[in-house]
Amino acid sequence: MMGLVLDGGIALLTIGIAAWTIRAGDDFAAVVGFVAYGLVLTLAWTRLGAYDVALTEAAIGGGATGVILMRAGARVKPAPAARASRRARIIVGALSAAVAAGLSAIVLLPPQPAPSLALEVREHLASTGLGNPIGGVLMAYRAADTFLETVVVLLALFGVWSLGRDAHWGGRPGPALRPAEGGALPLFARVLVPAGIVIGIYIVWVGADAPGGKFQGATLLAAMAILAGMAGLVQAPATAGRRLRWLLAAGPIVFVGIGLAGIPLAGAFLAYPPGFEKPLILVIEVALTVSLAAMLALIVAGPTERAP
Amino acid sequence: MSLAPLDAATLYGLMGAILVGLGLYGVVLLGGFLRRLLAFNLLGGGVFILFGVVARRGAGAGFGGDPVPQALVITGIVVAFCATALAITLIERLTEEDGDDPSGGGS
Repeated sequence: MMGLVLDGGIALLTIGIAAWTIRAGDDFAAVVGFVAYGLVLTLAWTRLGAYDVALTEAAIGGGATGVILMRAGARVKPAPAARASRRARIIVGALSAAVAAGLSAIVLLPPQPAPSLALEVREHLASTGLGNPIGGVLMAYRAADTFLETVVVLLALFGVWSLGRDAHWGGRPGPALRPAEGGALPLFARVLVPAGIVIGIYIVWVGADAPGGKFQGATLLAAMAILAGMAGLVQAPATAGRRLRWLLAAGPIVFVGIGLAGIPLAGAFLAYPPGFEKPLILVIEVALTVSLAAMLALIVAGPTERAP
Repeated sequence: MSLAPLDAATLYGLMGAILVGLGLYGVVLLGGFLRRLLAFNLLGGGVFILFGVVARRGAGAGFGGDPVPQALVITGIVVAFCATALAITLIERLTEEDGDDPSGGGS
Protein backbone atom coordinates (compact mmCIF):
# COMPACT_ATOMS: atom_id res chain seq x y z
CA MET A 1 0.00 0.00 0.00
CA MET A 2 2.82 2.40 0.96
CA GLY A 3 4.46 1.51 -2.33
CA LEU A 4 1.34 2.40 -4.31
CA VAL A 5 1.08 5.78 -2.56
CA LEU A 6 4.71 6.48 -3.46
CA ASP A 7 4.13 5.38 -7.08
CA GLY A 8 1.01 7.53 -7.32
CA GLY A 9 2.96 10.50 -5.96
CA ILE A 10 5.80 10.04 -8.44
CA ALA A 11 3.30 9.66 -11.31
CA LEU A 12 1.40 12.82 -10.34
CA LEU A 13 4.65 14.76 -9.89
CA THR A 14 5.89 13.65 -13.33
CA ILE A 15 2.62 14.65 -15.00
CA GLY A 16 2.65 17.97 -13.11
CA ILE A 17 6.20 18.78 -14.21
CA ALA A 18 5.39 17.80 -17.81
CA ALA A 19 2.33 20.06 -17.84
CA TRP A 20 4.38 22.88 -16.29
CA THR A 21 7.09 22.43 -18.95
CA ILE A 22 4.44 22.77 -21.68
CA ARG A 23 2.86 25.85 -20.08
CA ALA A 24 6.05 27.59 -18.85
CA GLY A 25 6.25 31.27 -19.75
CA ASP A 26 9.76 31.38 -21.16
CA ASP A 27 12.06 28.94 -22.89
CA PHE A 28 14.68 28.74 -20.18
CA ALA A 29 12.06 27.86 -17.55
CA ALA A 30 10.78 25.13 -19.86
CA VAL A 31 14.31 23.71 -20.20
CA VAL A 32 14.68 23.62 -16.41
CA GLY A 33 11.30 21.89 -16.21
CA PHE A 34 12.45 19.31 -18.75
CA VAL A 35 15.60 18.49 -16.74
CA ALA A 36 13.45 17.99 -13.64
CA TYR A 37 11.15 15.79 -15.72
CA GLY A 38 14.15 13.59 -16.60
CA LEU A 39 14.98 13.22 -12.91
CA VAL A 40 11.48 12.18 -11.78
CA LEU A 41 11.24 9.86 -14.79
CA THR A 42 14.41 8.19 -13.48
CA LEU A 43 12.59 7.58 -10.19
CA ALA A 44 9.71 5.99 -12.13
CA TRP A 45 12.16 3.69 -13.91
CA THR A 46 13.68 2.52 -10.63
CA ARG A 47 10.17 1.87 -9.25
CA LEU A 48 9.51 -0.27 -12.35
CA GLY A 49 12.62 -2.27 -11.46
CA ALA A 50 14.41 -1.23 -14.67
CA TYR A 51 17.69 -0.02 -13.15
CA ASP A 52 19.62 -0.18 -16.42
CA VAL A 53 17.08 2.11 -18.05
CA ALA A 54 17.03 4.39 -14.99
CA LEU A 55 20.81 4.85 -15.29
CA THR A 56 20.46 5.63 -19.01
CA GLU A 57 17.60 8.07 -18.45
CA ALA A 58 19.51 9.88 -15.69
CA ALA A 59 22.76 10.06 -17.67
CA ILE A 60 21.56 10.67 -21.22
CA GLY A 61 17.83 11.46 -21.20
CA GLY A 62 17.99 14.03 -18.40
CA GLY A 63 21.68 14.85 -18.02
CA ALA A 64 23.29 15.11 -21.45
CA THR A 65 20.11 16.34 -23.17
CA GLY A 66 19.70 18.89 -20.36
CA VAL A 67 23.19 20.32 -20.88
CA ILE A 68 22.60 20.86 -24.62
CA LEU A 69 19.16 22.32 -23.95
CA MET A 70 20.65 24.76 -21.44
CA ARG A 71 23.11 25.87 -24.12
CA ALA A 72 20.24 26.39 -26.56
CA GLY A 73 18.01 28.05 -23.96
CA ALA A 74 20.70 30.66 -23.40
CA ARG A 75 21.24 31.30 -27.14
CA VAL A 76 17.91 30.91 -28.86
CA LYS A 77 15.80 34.03 -28.57
CA PRO A 78 12.43 33.38 -26.98
CA ALA A 79 9.64 32.78 -29.43
CA PRO A 80 6.97 35.45 -29.66
CA ALA A 81 3.94 34.52 -27.62
CA ALA A 82 1.81 33.50 -30.57
CA ARG A 83 -1.05 31.83 -28.81
CA ALA A 84 -3.13 29.40 -30.76
CA SER A 85 -6.80 30.23 -31.17
CA ARG A 86 -9.29 28.92 -28.66
CA ARG A 87 -10.82 26.64 -31.24
CA ALA A 88 -7.45 25.09 -32.17
CA ARG A 89 -6.66 24.52 -28.52
CA ILE A 90 -9.97 22.74 -27.91
CA ILE A 91 -9.65 20.51 -31.00
CA VAL A 92 -5.97 19.60 -30.37
CA GLY A 93 -6.69 19.11 -26.66
CA ALA A 94 -9.57 16.75 -27.43
CA LEU A 95 -7.55 14.74 -29.96
CA SER A 96 -4.53 14.48 -27.60
CA ALA A 97 -6.85 13.37 -24.80
CA ALA A 98 -8.30 10.73 -27.12
CA VAL A 99 -4.79 9.37 -27.82
CA ALA A 100 -4.06 9.32 -24.07
CA ALA A 101 -7.39 7.56 -23.42
CA GLY A 102 -6.66 4.96 -26.09
CA LEU A 103 -3.26 4.20 -24.60
CA SER A 104 -4.82 4.05 -21.11
CA ALA A 105 -7.30 1.47 -22.39
CA ILE A 106 -4.41 -0.67 -23.63
CA VAL A 107 -2.74 -0.33 -20.22
CA LEU A 108 -5.96 -1.23 -18.35
CA LEU A 109 -6.92 -4.15 -20.61
CA PRO A 110 -3.63 -5.98 -21.18
CA PRO A 111 -3.40 -9.23 -23.15
CA GLN A 112 -3.36 -12.34 -20.96
CA PRO A 113 -0.83 -13.78 -20.44
CA ALA A 114 1.51 -10.82 -20.85
CA PRO A 115 3.83 -11.32 -23.85
CA SER A 116 7.41 -11.86 -22.74
CA LEU A 117 10.73 -13.04 -24.08
CA ALA A 118 12.22 -13.37 -20.58
CA LEU A 119 12.23 -17.19 -20.76
CA GLU A 120 14.11 -17.26 -24.07
CA VAL A 121 16.66 -14.76 -22.76
CA ARG A 122 17.16 -16.83 -19.59
CA GLU A 123 17.66 -19.99 -21.67
CA HIS A 124 20.40 -18.52 -23.84
CA LEU A 125 22.03 -16.03 -21.46
CA ALA A 126 24.63 -18.54 -20.26
CA SER A 127 26.02 -18.82 -23.81
CA THR A 128 26.99 -15.12 -23.80
CA GLY A 129 29.00 -15.41 -20.57
CA LEU A 130 27.19 -12.33 -19.21
CA GLY A 131 25.13 -12.11 -16.03
CA ASN A 132 23.17 -8.97 -16.95
CA PRO A 133 20.28 -10.05 -19.20
CA ILE A 134 19.95 -6.55 -20.72
CA GLY A 135 23.66 -6.51 -21.56
CA GLY A 136 23.16 -9.92 -23.14
CA VAL A 137 20.27 -8.70 -25.27
CA LEU A 138 22.18 -5.59 -26.36
CA MET A 139 25.43 -7.37 -27.20
CA ALA A 140 24.19 -10.73 -28.52
CA TYR A 141 20.56 -11.05 -29.63
CA ARG A 142 20.18 -7.47 -30.77
CA ALA A 143 23.83 -6.70 -31.54
CA ALA A 144 22.86 -5.28 -34.95
CA ASP A 145 20.69 -2.67 -33.16
CA THR A 146 23.54 -1.75 -30.84
CA PHE A 147 25.95 -1.47 -33.77
CA LEU A 148 23.61 0.80 -35.74
CA GLU A 149 22.97 2.83 -32.59
CA THR A 150 26.66 3.72 -32.31
CA VAL A 151 26.63 4.64 -35.99
CA VAL A 152 23.64 6.91 -35.31
CA VAL A 153 25.62 8.67 -32.57
CA LEU A 154 28.53 9.15 -34.99
CA LEU A 155 26.19 10.47 -37.70
CA ALA A 156 24.64 12.90 -35.22
CA LEU A 157 28.14 14.19 -34.42
CA PHE A 158 28.86 14.67 -38.16
CA GLY A 159 25.54 16.48 -38.43
CA VAL A 160 26.43 18.79 -35.53
CA TRP A 161 29.85 19.51 -37.02
CA SER A 162 28.36 20.25 -40.44
CA LEU A 163 26.23 22.98 -38.90
CA GLY A 164 29.26 25.08 -38.00
CA ARG A 165 30.33 27.93 -40.26
CA ASP A 166 32.44 26.96 -43.27
CA ALA A 167 35.35 29.09 -42.06
CA HIS A 168 35.45 27.12 -38.80
CA TRP A 169 35.50 23.62 -40.36
CA GLY A 170 38.06 21.47 -38.61
CA GLY A 171 38.46 23.97 -35.78
CA ARG A 172 37.58 23.68 -32.13
CA PRO A 173 34.04 23.64 -30.75
CA GLY A 174 32.85 26.16 -28.21
CA PRO A 175 34.17 29.58 -27.20
CA ALA A 176 37.88 30.13 -26.58
CA LEU A 177 39.33 28.73 -23.39
CA ARG A 178 39.17 31.01 -20.43
CA PRO A 179 42.30 30.72 -18.30
CA ALA A 180 41.59 28.59 -15.24
CA GLU A 181 41.81 30.76 -12.18
CA GLY A 182 40.82 30.12 -8.64
CA GLY A 183 37.17 29.64 -7.93
CA ALA A 184 34.63 26.98 -7.21
CA LEU A 185 34.30 25.40 -10.67
CA PRO A 186 37.99 24.54 -11.33
CA LEU A 187 38.29 23.18 -7.78
CA PHE A 188 35.08 21.19 -8.21
CA ALA A 189 36.34 19.79 -11.52
CA ARG A 190 39.72 18.84 -10.03
CA VAL A 191 38.03 16.96 -7.19
CA LEU A 192 35.17 15.37 -9.12
CA VAL A 193 36.74 14.41 -12.45
CA PRO A 194 39.17 11.73 -11.16
CA ALA A 195 36.41 10.11 -9.10
CA GLY A 196 33.96 10.39 -12.01
CA ILE A 197 36.37 8.66 -14.38
CA VAL A 198 36.77 5.75 -11.97
CA ILE A 199 32.99 5.48 -11.50
CA GLY A 200 32.43 5.65 -15.28
CA ILE A 201 34.86 2.79 -15.92
CA TYR A 202 33.30 0.84 -13.05
CA ILE A 203 29.79 1.23 -14.54
CA VAL A 204 31.04 -0.13 -17.88
CA TRP A 205 32.82 -3.05 -16.23
CA VAL A 206 30.02 -4.01 -13.84
CA GLY A 207 27.51 -3.81 -16.72
CA ALA A 208 28.38 -7.40 -17.65
CA ASP A 209 26.71 -8.75 -14.52
CA ALA A 210 24.73 -5.92 -12.92
CA PRO A 211 22.91 -2.76 -14.02
CA GLY A 212 25.33 -0.59 -15.99
CA GLY A 213 26.96 -0.74 -19.38
CA LYS A 214 28.88 1.12 -22.00
CA PHE A 215 26.34 3.82 -22.84
CA GLN A 216 25.82 4.80 -19.22
CA GLY A 217 29.54 4.63 -18.39
CA ALA A 218 30.53 6.48 -21.57
CA THR A 219 28.07 9.27 -20.77
CA LEU A 220 29.61 9.68 -17.34
CA LEU A 221 33.10 9.81 -18.87
CA ALA A 222 31.86 12.37 -21.41
CA ALA A 223 30.32 14.41 -18.57
CA MET A 224 33.72 14.49 -16.84
CA ALA A 225 35.36 15.78 -20.04
CA ILE A 226 32.65 18.44 -20.36
CA LEU A 227 33.05 19.48 -16.72
CA ALA A 228 36.83 19.79 -17.14
CA GLY A 229 36.19 21.86 -20.28
CA MET A 230 33.67 24.16 -18.56
CA ALA A 231 36.12 24.71 -15.73
CA GLY A 232 38.76 25.71 -18.30
CA LEU A 233 41.09 22.87 -17.36
CA VAL A 234 41.15 21.21 -20.78
CA GLN A 235 40.53 22.53 -24.27
CA ALA A 236 38.20 20.89 -26.77
CA PRO A 237 40.26 19.13 -29.46
CA ALA A 238 40.45 20.41 -33.03
CA THR A 239 37.91 18.38 -34.97
CA ALA A 240 40.27 17.99 -37.94
CA GLY A 241 42.76 16.04 -35.82
CA ARG A 242 43.60 12.64 -37.29
CA ARG A 243 44.02 11.03 -33.86
CA LEU A 244 40.62 12.27 -32.74
CA ARG A 245 38.93 10.93 -35.85
CA TRP A 246 40.49 7.49 -35.37
CA LEU A 247 39.39 7.55 -31.74
CA LEU A 248 35.80 8.24 -32.83
CA ALA A 249 35.87 5.53 -35.48
CA ALA A 250 37.64 2.87 -33.37
CA GLY A 251 34.51 1.56 -31.62
CA PRO A 252 32.35 1.05 -34.72
CA ILE A 253 35.36 -0.36 -36.66
CA VAL A 254 36.14 -2.94 -33.96
CA PHE A 255 32.45 -3.83 -33.70
CA VAL A 256 31.95 -4.28 -37.44
CA GLY A 257 35.32 -6.08 -37.75
CA ILE A 258 34.38 -8.67 -35.12
CA GLY A 259 30.90 -8.83 -36.64
CA LEU A 260 32.28 -9.61 -40.13
CA ALA A 261 34.73 -12.15 -38.69
CA GLY A 262 31.65 -13.90 -37.29
CA ILE A 263 30.49 -14.81 -40.83
CA PRO A 264 33.28 -17.36 -41.51
CA LEU A 265 33.93 -18.25 -37.83
CA ALA A 266 30.42 -18.53 -36.39
CA GLY A 267 28.16 -18.64 -39.42
CA ALA A 268 26.47 -15.23 -39.17
CA PHE A 269 27.19 -11.50 -39.10
CA LEU A 270 27.73 -10.38 -35.48
CA ALA A 271 27.68 -13.97 -34.24
CA TYR A 272 30.45 -14.86 -31.79
CA PRO A 273 32.39 -18.15 -32.11
CA PRO A 274 31.45 -20.47 -29.21
CA GLY A 275 33.77 -20.14 -26.23
CA PHE A 276 34.93 -16.63 -27.18
CA GLU A 277 31.69 -14.74 -26.48
CA LYS A 278 32.75 -13.02 -23.26
CA PRO A 279 36.25 -11.88 -24.36
CA LEU A 280 34.95 -10.62 -27.73
CA ILE A 281 32.05 -8.76 -26.09
CA LEU A 282 34.55 -7.19 -23.67
CA VAL A 283 36.82 -6.03 -26.50
CA ILE A 284 33.83 -4.46 -28.29
CA GLU A 285 32.55 -2.84 -25.09
CA VAL A 286 35.93 -1.26 -24.28
CA ALA A 287 36.41 0.09 -27.82
CA LEU A 288 32.83 1.36 -27.92
CA THR A 289 33.11 3.02 -24.51
CA VAL A 290 36.13 5.07 -25.58
CA SER A 291 34.58 6.11 -28.90
CA LEU A 292 31.13 6.79 -27.42
CA ALA A 293 32.55 8.93 -24.62
CA ALA A 294 34.38 11.04 -27.22
CA MET A 295 31.31 11.25 -29.48
CA LEU A 296 28.94 12.24 -26.67
CA ALA A 297 31.33 14.87 -25.27
CA LEU A 298 31.80 16.40 -28.73
CA ILE A 299 28.05 16.37 -29.47
CA VAL A 300 27.47 18.31 -26.25
CA ALA A 301 30.37 20.66 -27.11
CA GLY A 302 28.50 21.55 -30.30
CA PRO A 303 29.59 22.79 -33.73
CA THR A 304 33.03 24.27 -34.30
CA GLU A 305 33.18 27.97 -33.45
CA ARG A 306 36.85 28.77 -33.92
CA ALA A 307 38.93 28.59 -37.08
CA PRO A 308 41.55 25.82 -37.03
CA MET B 1 -9.57 -9.75 -21.37
CA SER B 2 -9.84 -8.65 -17.79
CA LEU B 3 -9.06 -5.39 -16.08
CA ALA B 4 -5.41 -5.01 -15.04
CA PRO B 5 -4.76 -5.08 -11.27
CA LEU B 6 -4.02 -1.74 -9.62
CA ASP B 7 -0.27 -2.03 -9.22
CA ALA B 8 2.86 0.01 -9.99
CA ALA B 9 2.90 -1.07 -13.65
CA THR B 10 -0.71 0.05 -14.19
CA LEU B 11 -0.14 3.39 -12.43
CA TYR B 12 2.96 4.17 -14.47
CA GLY B 13 1.21 2.93 -17.61
CA LEU B 14 -1.54 5.51 -17.08
CA MET B 15 1.12 8.13 -16.38
CA GLY B 16 2.86 7.22 -19.66
CA ALA B 17 -0.42 7.52 -21.57
CA ILE B 18 -1.08 10.99 -20.11
CA LEU B 19 2.51 12.09 -20.86
CA VAL B 20 2.05 11.07 -24.51
CA GLY B 21 -1.17 13.12 -24.65
CA LEU B 22 0.50 16.17 -23.06
CA GLY B 23 3.51 15.92 -25.36
CA LEU B 24 1.34 15.60 -28.44
CA TYR B 25 -0.63 18.70 -27.45
CA GLY B 26 2.62 20.63 -27.04
CA VAL B 27 4.14 19.45 -30.32
CA VAL B 28 1.08 20.58 -32.27
CA LEU B 29 0.25 23.83 -30.50
CA LEU B 30 3.36 25.41 -29.00
CA GLY B 31 5.08 28.28 -30.79
CA GLY B 32 8.86 28.16 -31.16
CA PHE B 33 11.02 25.26 -32.29
CA LEU B 34 12.69 24.78 -28.92
CA ARG B 35 9.36 24.38 -27.11
CA ARG B 36 8.11 21.91 -29.69
CA LEU B 37 11.31 19.91 -29.37
CA LEU B 38 10.85 19.80 -25.59
CA ALA B 39 7.26 18.65 -26.02
CA PHE B 40 8.41 15.96 -28.43
CA ASN B 41 10.86 14.70 -25.82
CA LEU B 42 8.10 14.70 -23.17
CA LEU B 43 6.07 12.55 -25.57
CA GLY B 44 9.06 10.25 -26.07
CA GLY B 45 9.49 9.84 -22.31
CA GLY B 46 5.87 8.67 -22.10
CA VAL B 47 6.35 6.13 -24.90
CA PHE B 48 9.48 4.77 -23.20
CA ILE B 49 7.59 4.40 -19.90
CA LEU B 50 4.86 2.41 -21.71
CA PHE B 51 7.64 0.08 -22.92
CA GLY B 52 8.81 -0.17 -19.30
CA VAL B 53 5.29 -1.22 -18.27
CA VAL B 54 5.27 -3.93 -20.96
CA ALA B 55 8.67 -5.08 -19.64
CA ARG B 56 7.43 -5.09 -16.04
CA ARG B 57 4.37 -7.17 -16.91
CA GLY B 58 6.56 -9.58 -18.84
CA ALA B 59 8.60 -10.31 -15.71
CA GLY B 60 9.48 -13.96 -15.46
CA ALA B 61 12.23 -16.54 -15.52
CA GLY B 62 13.73 -14.89 -12.44
CA PHE B 63 14.03 -11.44 -14.04
CA GLY B 64 12.26 -8.39 -12.59
CA GLY B 65 11.20 -7.45 -16.12
CA ASP B 66 11.40 -8.68 -19.69
CA PRO B 67 14.94 -7.66 -20.72
CA VAL B 68 14.11 -7.23 -24.42
CA PRO B 69 11.87 -4.13 -24.19
CA GLN B 70 14.29 -2.68 -21.62
CA ALA B 71 17.17 -3.07 -24.06
CA LEU B 72 15.03 -1.46 -26.78
CA VAL B 73 14.31 1.52 -24.53
CA ILE B 74 18.02 2.02 -23.78
CA THR B 75 18.68 2.11 -27.53
CA GLY B 76 15.71 4.45 -27.91
CA ILE B 77 16.94 6.91 -25.29
CA VAL B 78 20.36 7.15 -26.94
CA VAL B 79 18.86 7.67 -30.41
CA ALA B 80 16.44 10.27 -29.02
CA PHE B 81 19.39 12.11 -27.50
CA CYS B 82 21.21 12.14 -30.86
CA ALA B 83 18.17 13.42 -32.75
CA THR B 84 17.53 16.06 -30.08
CA ALA B 85 21.17 17.24 -30.14
CA LEU B 86 21.06 17.56 -33.92
CA ALA B 87 17.72 19.40 -33.79
CA ILE B 88 18.99 21.83 -31.13
CA THR B 89 22.08 22.62 -33.18
CA LEU B 90 19.87 23.25 -36.22
CA ILE B 91 17.65 25.58 -34.17
CA GLU B 92 20.69 27.48 -32.88
CA ARG B 93 22.03 27.88 -36.39
CA LEU B 94 18.64 29.02 -37.68
CA THR B 95 18.48 31.69 -34.97
CA GLU B 96 21.98 32.82 -35.91
CA GLU B 97 21.23 33.03 -39.63
CA ASP B 98 17.88 34.67 -39.29
CA GLY B 99 18.04 36.63 -36.09
CA ASP B 100 14.81 38.58 -36.46
CA ASP B 101 12.47 35.64 -36.70
CA PRO B 102 13.36 32.88 -34.27
CA SER B 103 9.77 31.72 -34.09
CA GLY B 104 8.85 28.29 -35.21
CA GLY B 105 5.25 29.29 -35.45
CA GLY B 106 3.21 28.82 -38.58
CA SER B 107 4.46 31.70 -40.73
